Amino acid sequence: MQNGTKEGEQSASQAPVISARDLDLTFQTNDGPVHALKGVSLDIKAGEFVSFIGPSGCGKTTFLRVMADLEKPTGGTISVNGTTAQAARQARAYGYVFQAAGLYPWRTIGRNISLPLEIMGYSKADQKARVERVLELVELAGFERKFPWQLSGGMQQRASIARALAFDADILLMDEPFGALDEIVRDHLNEQLLKLWDRTGKTIAFVTHSIPEAVYLSTKIVVMSPRPGRITDVIESTLPRERPLDIRDSPEFLEIAHRVRDGLRAGHADV
Amino acid sequence: MRRAFVPVMTVVIAIFAIWYVAAIFLNAAWAHDKAKRADVTLSTSELIADTWSQEKPKLPAPHQVGAEIYKTTFAKKITSKRSLVYHSWITLGPTFLGFALGTVLGTLLAVGIVYNRTMDMSVMPWVIASQTIPIIAIAPMVILVLNAIGISGLLPKAIVSMYLSFFPVVVGMVKGLRSPDLMQLDQMRTWNASSAQTFWRLRLPSSMPYFFTSLKIAMAASLVGAIVSELPTGAVAGLGARLLAGSYYGQTIQIWSALIMAATLAACLVGIIGILQRVILRRMGMA
Repeated sequence: MQNGTKEGEQSASQAPVISARDLDLTFQTNDGPVHALKGVSLDIKAGEFVSFIGPSGCGKTTFLRVMADLEKPTGGTISVNGTTAQAARQARAYGYVFQAAGLYPWRTIGRNISLPLEIMGYSKADQKARVERVLELVELAGFERKFPWQLSGGMQQRASIARALAFDADILLMDEPFGALDEIVRDHLNEQLLKLWDRTGKTIAFVTHSIPEAVYLSTKIVVMSPRPGRITDVIESTLPRERPLDIRDSPEFLEIAHRVRDGLRAGHADV
Repeated sequence: MRRAFVPVMTVVIAIFAIWYVAAIFLNAAWAHDKAKRADVTLSTSELIADTWSQEKPKLPAPHQVGAEIYKTTFAKKITSKRSLVYHSWITLGPTFLGFALGTVLGTLLAVGIVYNRTMDMSVMPWVIASQTIPIIAIAPMVILVLNAIGISGLLPKAIVSMYLSFFPVVVGMVKGLRSPDLMQLDQMRTWNASSAQTFWRLRLPSSMPYFFTSLKIAMAASLVGAIVSELPTGAVAGLGARLLAGSYYGQTIQIWSALIMAATLAACLVGIIGILQRVILRRMGMA
């Protein structure tokens, strides 16, 4: 965004890309109301990689869906890119990656990736160029004409990330994108995702239930706990931007992981 | 394919065996009658031979039906009024037209039901009610009413076929168009896709397996509709006419050969759709 820095303002930090204030979300179910989110406030700045971690029912996915305007909060406010979540969605401000790749079996990988581009009305030539570029970005160059069933689970998920990147949204919302994949593939994809984030400078909100994944990827880790869904801790990572996989054995990494674990345990104590 | 051969042949042989045995029992009375009048006594083998070769048996034996079918399909010119090919051709016209109309009507209704809440609540009960009325009761009225307003020939029969064939299409397509899961629909929402875009790019392709299954049932129903619709018009031509004429004159062999012809036609038509289904769904990565 063309944020001309007003003089006198904090020089290092920009206006938050996503800003939530006192979000409440209550689902009415047959067993009575469920407080999926209660009093959730958080700022995400441009270029941050924020992970949301917590046990199931803590509202981490719900929070992500509120950012994406897939759920409406019952209280509080949310702004995305300086506007409402709805306006941001309509402006195609974010790419959303679901837990399942959700590729259409009747489309090739290339045509799957160009699907949002078709919907958004990009020209054929532009579509082609973009598909080529994002495929390269997720290291799937040459797979454009393959069908989803010809790809492994990890490759399919990479294709779905490519699809979310294709229309150049500045924000990437990811809901346990690697949750269904095995450990080894997951490590590899985490590494790739970090590189991709570094290269593209996207703002990423990433839901996970894996502590190592959250610590390895994030610049900021948001620990949440259930009943009602709320934020119990926000940890700014002290790890450097450059992160080889073996950083996970460093004392610094373990210390952050320890703090996340403590946060999760504290959230559980009052249940 | 090869593994299915033995079980299928076993069933076919069993059916023929039961058929021949049943023919003996059902036609024995007439054979005895004839023998009594001619004042002869029949040995068992003579009895059996007679029951399998009567002119107007209660139940014709398979080889009699086979011979009749051969005679009326291959041995006759196909333009002849006695050719089963000619009569099949007459029946196929309204079958295809009715099938096409039923498919279009069924699909349109399904789209309406999926996209319009009012239609969802109001149309489905009527669709189901329509199928509780026996077609044999509806067909003459459709034919008569349309004749009265000057529409005759192919269209009234096709409408009877449509009446039967739209139903499986509605039911299947409603399910098919609703088959995309919540995640896929949410995904469309994140791209701010319009309803039309979601329909053409997600809902319609997702419904294809349901569509083809519906088409198979609709095709068979269409043929039944076309046959039934030939009955009230005085049975001039068509498989239905052959059935009716056969029953007027006690020509059981003619009835059975028309029946077998109708069943074969239905099997072929459904089979063609099955092949289309397999080819298209495989190309779509859905089979």
